[in-house]
Amino acid sequence: MDQLLHQVVNGLATGAIYAVIALALVMNFNSTGHINFAQGEMAMFSTYVAWTLIAMGMPYGVAFLVTVAISFVGGMLLERFVLHRFRNAPLLSVVVVFIALFLGFNAVAGWIWGPVLKDFPSPVSSYKTGTSLVGAHELFVGAVAGAMLLLLYGFFRFTTLGLKMRAVACNPTSSRLVGIRVSWTLALGWGLAASIGAVAGMLIAPLTFLDPHMMTGILLYAFAAALLGGVDSPPGAVIGGLVVGVAENLLGAYVVGAELKMSVALVIVVLVLVYRPQGILGRVTVRRV
Amino acid sequence: MQSQMIKTSSSRPLVAAVCMLAILLPLFVSDFRSFQVTQILVYAIAVLGLNLLTGYNGQISLGHGAFFALGAYVAAILMDKAGVPYWATIPVVAAVCFVVGFIFGLPALRLAGHYLALATFSLALATPQLLKHPALEKWTGGVQGIFLSKPQPPFGLAMSQDRWLYWFVLLHVVVLFVCAANLLRGPVGRAIRAIRDQPLAAETAGIDNSRFKTTVFGISAMYTGIAGALSAIVLQFVSPDSFTMFLSIYFLVGVVVGGVGSIWGAFLGAAFILIVPNLSSEVSKSATGMLYAMVLLLLIWRMPNGLWSGVLWMWRAATRRPA
Repeated sequence: MDQLLHQVVNGLATGAIYAVIALALVMNFNSTGHINFAQGEMAMFSTYVAWTLIAMGMPYGVAFLVTVAISFVGGMLLERFVLHRFRNAPLLSVVVVFIALFLGFNAVAGWIWGPVLKDFPSPVSSYKTGTSLVGAHELFVGAVAGAMLLLLYGFFRFTTLGLKMRAVACNPTSSRLVGIRVSWTLALGWGLAASIGAVAGMLIAPLTFLDPHMMTGILLYAFAAALLGGVDSPPGAVIGGLVVGVAENLLGAYVVGAELKMSVALVIVVLVLVYRPQGILGRVTVRRV
Repeated sequence: MQSQMIKTSSSRPLVAAVCMLAILLPLFVSDFRSFQVTQILVYAIAVLGLNLLTGYNGQISLGHGAFFALGAYVAAILMDKAGVPYWATIPVVAAVCFVVGFIFGLPALRLAGHYLALATFSLALATPQLLKHPALEKWTGGVQGIFLSKPQPPFGLAMSQDRWLYWFVLLHVVVLFVCAANLLRGPVGRAIRAIRDQPLAAETAGIDNSRFKTTVFGISAMYTGIAGALSAIVLQFVSPDSFTMFLSIYFLVGVVVGGVGSIWGAFLGAAFILIVPNLSSEVSKSATGMLYAMVLLLLIWRMPNGLWSGVLWMWRAATRRPA
C-alpha cells in the first residue's frame, strides 16, 4: 500500500511536468490552430539560455524572469519571420516547418553547449518537506503548474485578448473583419507559448539534467496529456498530464515494466485520437464544408 | 509531370543513358563507392514509400522509420534464426509490412492532418524502446541487435560482394519505381491524388476513400519495409538505435528535398540525406541538423515542389526550341 502511494505521488509529480509542456501546446493550439512539434525543443533551448545566465552569475529569480522574457520575444520573432510566411500554406508545409525548427533547435543547442549533461539548480533545493513521500522541487512544480493553469484559464476565459486569440485561431478572416490585428495576435500566441515552454523547461531540468535530447520522451507524454485532456482546454491539459503521469508510473511499476513506458504514451495517443478525439474536456468542433 | 518527361522523345536518349550508367556504375568505381551508392538507392525506395503516402495521398507520416525498422528486423530474424536466404526475405517482408501498414491505416482513417502526424510521430518515438523490449529479445537480440553475414554473389560469379549487392538493390529499385510510376499514372493514381486535394469531391465521384487510403498506407509501408530489409542485407547489421525518431524525420527531409509528389525526386532526396551528413560531420556534429533545418525552411518557402521540379524546369529551359 505504501509503495502504491509512492508510485501515485511520483506519478503526480511527473504528471505536473507533462502538464506544463501540455499547457504550452494548448496555448499554441488555441492561438494558431497548430500543434507545435518543436515545442519541446524550444523549451530545451530556453532552459539552456537560463543555464547560461545563471552560470554568468545572475541570481535564479532574475535569470528565470529574463529567460521567460527572452523566450517571449524569441517566440514572437519566430512567428513574425518564419511561421508568418506559411500562414496560407498547406498543412504539410507547416508540419515540415515545425520539423525544421525541431532539428534546428536541437542542432544549435548541441553546437553551442555541447552534448555534456549539465546540472540545473532548483530554487527550493534547500527546503525540506518533512516527508519522504515528496520532495520540495516536486511540490514547487505542482504549485507552478497550478498557478499557470489558473493564469491561462483566466486569460482565455475572461480577457478580451484571450477571446481575440481564440477567434483568430478559429477564423482568421472574420476576425480581421471585426478589427482584430490577426498577425500580432498570432505572434503574441507564439510568444506566450514559448515562455510557458521556458518555464516548463526550467522546472524539468533539475530532475532530468540539461541535455539537447532531454525533451524527446517528455514531449511524447505531453502530447498524450494534451490530447487526453482535450487539445484546446488548459484545465484538460493539466488533468491529462496528471492522469498520464500516474498511469505511466503505475503501469510501469505493476503491468508492463519500465521498458514499455514510452509505448504507454503511444497507446494513449492512438486510443484517444481514435475513440475520443476531443479528449476529456475539449470541445467538439464541427466544420461546415 | 514526370511521366511527361519520360514520354517526350527528346528525353529518351537521356533516360537510356542514365539507365546504362546506373547499371555499369560499379565497374568504374571502387567497392566503397558502390556501397555508398547502394545505400542511396535503398534510401530512395524508403523516401518513395513515404512520398506515396504523404506526397501523393496527403496522409502525413512522421513515423516511417518504424516500418523501415520492421522490414529490417523481419529480414534479419528470418536470416539469422530461420536460415532463410537473403533474397527470399524480401517477399516475406513485403507481405508483412503491407499487412501492418494496412492495419495501421485503419485508425489513421479517422485522423486528419495534424493528428495523424502526431500519432505517427509518437510511433517513431516509441520504436527503439519496442525493439529493445526483453520479451522480444530472443528474436531481436535486444540492445545489441543482430549481426548477419555478407551475401556471396550467386552462381560462383567472380565479382566483389559490394558490386553484387549494388546490382541486387538496383534490381529492386527498378521494379519498385516502375511499379510506382505505372500505378500513379493511371486512374488509381488520379484517385489517390484526388483524395489528397478534394476528399469530399473524390468521395462524391465514387472513389472509396477509406479503401484507397488504407491500401496506400499498406503499399507505402511495404516500400519502406522493403528498403529496411535491403538496408539490413547491405549493412549486415540491425540494432534498435539505428531506428530513432530522427530516421523518420530524415525520410521526410528526403521527400521535401526531392519533391513532394514526385517519384524520381526520391533519388535526389536520398542522396541529400546520405551525402550531407558525410560532408558536414567533418565540420561539426551539429552542422548536419542545422543544414537540414535551413535547407528544409528554404525549400518549403521558395521551392515547395523540391529540387526535382528545379531540375525539370532547367531541362525544359534547355531543350526548348527557339520559336
